[in-house]
Amino acid sequence: MPSSSSASDYDPACLPDLLPLYYRRLFPFSQYFRWLNYGGVQKNYFLNREFSFTLKDDIYVRYQSFSTQNELEKEMQKMNPYKIDIGAIYSHRPNQHNTVKSGTFQALEKELVFDIDMTDYDDVRSCCSAADICSKCWTLMTIAIRILDRALREDFGFQHLLWVYSGRRGVHCWVCDEAARKLSVAARSAVAEYLSLVKGGDETVKKVVLTDPIHPFIRESLTVVEQYFPQYALQEQDILGRKESVDKVLALTPEDILFTIKELQQDFQNEKKPENRWELIKDQASRKQGKKGHHFEKEIMLQYCYPRLDVNVSKGVNHLLKSPFSVHPKTGRISVPMDLKELDTFDPFTVPTISLICEELDRPRTGEEEEKVEDIKEKENEKDAAERRKIRDYKRTSLAKYVKHFDQFLDEMARLWKGELLRKSDLQKEF
Amino acid sequence: MQFMSRRKKYTNPQTELYGHALQFYGQPPLENISLTEFETFAVERLKLLKTVENLGVSYVKQTDQYTMKLDNESKNLNFPYRAETDDRKSQNGPREYEKQRKDHISHFILRLAYCQTEDLRRWFIQQEVDLFRYRFNVLSSTQKQDFLKRNNLQYNTISPKEKKALQENLVNSSYTISGIKVEGQDFYKVPFQDALDLVRTRKVYLKAGFVYIPHQEIVTIVLNDFRTRLSKALALTARSLPAVHSDERLQPLLNHLSHAYVGQDYSIQKNVGKISLEQIDSLSGKSFPLCMRQLHQSLRENHHLRHGGRMQYGLFLKGIGLSLEQALQFWRSEFVRGKVDADKFDKAYAYSIRHMFGKEGKRTDYTPYSCMKVILSNAPSQGDHHGCPFRHSDPELLKQKLQVYKVSPSGISQILELVKGMHYQLACQKYFELTHNMEDSSFSLSHPNQYFIESQRVLGGGKDIKREMDTSQRSQENSAARGSTSAREAAANTSQDLAEKTEDLDSFFQDA
Repeated sequence: MPSSSSASDYDPACLPDLLPLYYRRLFPFSQYFRWLNYGGVQKNYFLNREFSFTLKDDIYVRYQSFSTQNELEKEMQKMNPYKIDIGAIYSHRPNQHNTVKSGTFQALEKELVFDIDMTDYDDVRSCCSAADICSKCWTLMTIAIRILDRALREDFGFQHLLWVYSGRRGVHCWVCDEAARKLSVAARSAVAEYLSLVKGGDETVKKVVLTDPIHPFIRESLTVVEQYFPQYALQEQDILGRKESVDKVLALTPEDILFTIKELQQDFQNEKKPENRWELIKDQASRKQGKKGHHFEKEIMLQYCYPRLDVNVSKGVNHLLKSPFSVHPKTGRISVPMDLKELDTFDPFTVPTISLICEELDRPRTGEEEEKVEDIKEKENEKDAAERRKIRDYKRTSLAKYVKHFDQFLDEMARLWKGELLRKSDLQKEF
Repeated sequence: MQFMSRRKKYTNPQTELYGHALQFYGQPPLENISLTEFETFAVERLKLLKTVENLGVSYVKQTDQYTMKLDNESKNLNFPYRAETDDRKSQNGPREYEKQRKDHISHFILRLAYCQTEDLRRWFIQQEVDLFRYRFNVLSSTQKQDFLKRNNLQYNTISPKEKKALQENLVNSSYTISGIKVEGQDFYKVPFQDALDLVRTRKVYLKAGFVYIPHQEIVTIVLNDFRTRLSKALALTARSLPAVHSDERLQPLLNHLSHAYVGQDYSIQKNVGKISLEQIDSLSGKSFPLCMRQLHQSLRENHHLRHGGRMQYGLFLKGIGLSLEQALQFWRSEFVRGKVDADKFDKAYAYSIRHMFGKEGKRTDYTPYSCMKVILSNAPSQGDHHGCPFRHSDPELLKQKLQVYKVSPSGISQILELVKGMHYQLACQKYFELTHNMEDSSFSLSHPNQYFIESQRVLGGGKDIKREMDTSQRSQENSAARGSTSAREAAANTSQDLAEKTEDLDSFFQDA
């Protein structure tokens, strides 16, 4: 397996040379089309989908649309976009929107999406800030994914979720269920609000307030947070270590319980171990049982760990979001789908960069790989040589496992499409 | 609806339709009415809705105070207000019938006036939904069930077995449900898309895409249904509007009704170019409301503002008279001091500023945000500095900020009291009074640009800047009290023609 050291050889200046190679030989077009076509169940679904490209020199073009996979491929290979965004399915072909009577060109459907960005946690992480991430704060993403994935599946009943690494400092979730794609703006905003617990900007000190009774959703989320809190917050972020951090934590204790902070500050003189300090805090909270504000230790955990999502990203049906398999121009990393079965071992720093996978293309084949080539040859005798080579190409690189996971995701949805198509054709026969 | 001037014609009493306390406004009225009644009904309903709006900002909805005040207003304007306990007697009496009829007709007239733009529709729907919620809540349990049945709102109940299994979760999902209540009433299983308000506020148990609602809370579902129906109806009404507008008697009246709501929205730029960029720093301290002062300071300190802040502040600046060129220069010079280089600014941010001025995309000329909009929509999150400081800031931080801005300690406590009572606009007004050394500001604050204009007026002695706003804001406070008298006056003006009637309409919305 390739080591991560060659991944750090990415140089943004090389993009103009790497992108053509990426789009010609590595980008998984057939899976991509398979996804966005959604089995062809709904007419013109792919045709009316908006894409936007960011080209060299920051030139941004919207309302791109394509009628076939081939057209998409050709155009991308011609334009070599630095970034690709996916938008909504409109009432008409986006690339003809200027010909449509004003007011009738409308965004109709789109996946329900979520964007978790590490910068939104700057007030609660001490290891990094802004665009930087490290293995210590990455745990926040793990927690976010666990909480949101559970809620979207168990509470909302969604089943087809695609989690994608954004390429630098966050993750995206694409909810692809039909019901999700058809949600109104109001519904999307309601879902996002339901999932929001951390509220307030720079001017707000206490961003999480819990009142009785504690909703089952919050209980479930707390269970996840509690799992990670000791290691992540007490150890790695050391929130009860330095005086500065301690003060920040204590600032979240309720103000009407005047003595709490004083008591704790005194206790902390004698107790230096973070785990024990946390026990003291929990103790104070349980003593206030029944009184107002007695959930403050839960509120502290949530403020430091609970997912922060940008409601505006999820609300808009026409909102454009970075496409999976798009390249991040600053880091070179590919926005890869994430397999949640391996979530706890996911390391953003080992995600393949475009330079890595292009390099891997040039490597001579080993004996092992020759074998696989034979297998593939047997299976895909029908397709032409170029197609075959292309299929083999990404499989020779670190991108392979991510495309495989994407395939599995699509297979699950395909079962539904099959049923739908059968149902539709049955209905027609009943004519 | 057909109209015959000056003649009242009594049709068969629609007891079936008007025999109940509440309706969905599914069917339009089919009778003939006089122009006088047309006008009076419309104006009075508008007053009612304005009251609903004002009460909604000043009080927590559905509390006793709120309900009582709305009861009073409904009574004064002769709208149905509280189903009497003795159903049979009052529901079919002639007085009650009159109120129901007025309610029905006035609603449909206002649909005509408020279906034309997105903003008008949004406002109208919001107030009608609030009014409906208030009325539904005062119905008895039997009346509620009756209403549901009559309007075909079928939702499935869950079996006692399922209820038992979910009991703990049901109890923990809402502060109004106890274990006993779970056993004692039906629970409905409703797709979450039909109960968005409950989902949004997490006031309900949600599992596998369904919410479980106790019968006593079915109102939220009903409201959602009402909102959706009304929204669709307005869209349809908008299409038939050209036909209505071709009736010359109606068009001026309808236009006037919708402008009466909008009042001053500061969208038309007056005094363009009268403000120079050098003045902005000092103006921000003297004449900007706290929200804009905060945004300006943030911008100067960080050389950046996020989208929410750029919109709120940028549109405000447009409202006070900054031209597009000035705006571009202003934002560019600030952003360039930060991490953004000139090229990136021109590519990314300049577009959105031109968009604000209506020079790109849809070419909508965006209007500066009113206080209502700033307070109620787009709450700030981490890294944001927009919103209303009285609403969105921690009281401690707000206090510190006011201290830095040299507000007296007693003034600060007055402001904090108002904030505690959720009277954010009054708190801002108090801030105005304190910073301008005034006892009584004599205007009713509802818009940041209004704050600016009033401030400039006070500081400039009223000499250079002419009185921009009409007094529609102030009059809303007074009109509630004078409502009944003006209504009678209007009804008496049957012998005047429409032009004069329109003037009378003006008088409703100005100081008498």
